[in-house]
Amino acid sequence: MKKVLVILLLAALGYFLAQTFLEIPLGENRIGDINAQKPTAAGYYLSNTKEKSKVANVVTAIVVNYRGLDTLGEVTVLFLATTGVASILYRRKEEEEEVERLNLPSSNIIRTGARVLFPAITLLGIYVFIHGHLTPGGGFQGGTIVATGFLLMLISYKGFNTNHNIMTWVESIAGLSFVLIGLWGLITDHTFLGNIPQIGELNKLLSGGLIPIIYIAVGFKVAVELTGILDILLKIKPKK
Amino acid sequence: MIYIAILIIMGVLLLATAIFAVTHRDLLFAVIATGIISLILSLFFYLLQAPDVALTEAAIGIALTTIIFVITIRNTTRDEDEIIDKKNEKL
Repeated sequence: MKKVLVILLLAALGYFLAQTFLEIPLGENRIGDINAQKPTAAGYYLSNTKEKSKVANVVTAIVVNYRGLDTLGEVTVLFLATTGVASILYRRKEEEEEVERLNLPSSNIIRTGARVLFPAITLLGIYVFIHGHLTPGGGFQGGTIVATGFLLMLISYKGFNTNHNIMTWVESIAGLSFVLIGLWGLITDHTFLGNIPQIGELNKLLSGGLIPIIYIAVGFKVAVELTGILDILLKIKPKK
Repeated sequence: MIYIAILIIMGVLLLATAIFAVTHRDLLFAVIATGIISLILSLFFYLLQAPDVALTEAAIGIALTTIIFVITIRNTTRDEDEIIDKKNEKL
């Protein structure tokens, strides 16, 4: 009886999904003419970003400029996820002494490789989030790449410890600066994250108004949060 | 033409890896298979001209998610049958 109900529900869901997808023409140009008198939203972004906000990477312009408030929501989601994991799995100082992180010994090759790769990975991540308005990528991507580097160090070295005080401070400052810059824009420009500095020249590092500043803050925040989650998870004591 | 052929081969590989991940009884193998799915997916995103999505998929899907699942397996159990047996014992 239960199985029949589940199959019926899935069939109904599949029917409506298929109906929706069949209406979308596959492989057709849905952006429309970007020079039209009344372009679609995508067409408007594609034709106006270069001149208006002087950003080479249109995706970044949409994420930070046109949809800045949504990005704040995304950052909040990640913050809440980290807080949830930390509040469930956090250990007090007294318990921490008997905890051993990942008791598998890592081989010499892995340790040497991690030591060589760690600076390169971190540099790539920082490059991705500083150049978010020029090349593909941005704060989230760069932050996750930096966290991957820290993950490599955390699993290959037992003595590699992260300083939780510094991490808390970095996270708070990055999150606060995002909100404060956004509110400053709201006061001076009447829009959340309104562009305050001079917008600059296309294709230069100092262009795009607020985008580099916001993305540096987001990159630090994402990197620190993901590293924190991994650090907490690796400190769980395995059941014997 | 070659482009479409590469896409079709990658799609078949993706499906095969996904079926392997769902059906395999050893959970560690299944988790590694999901990592490989992410690898193929990020190549897909790159070929379909979405490099920023490919970057995210590579960093999160291949590295972070796989490691989190490996930590979970280490703290619980590696064999799927064992979990089912324990469930049946309780019932």
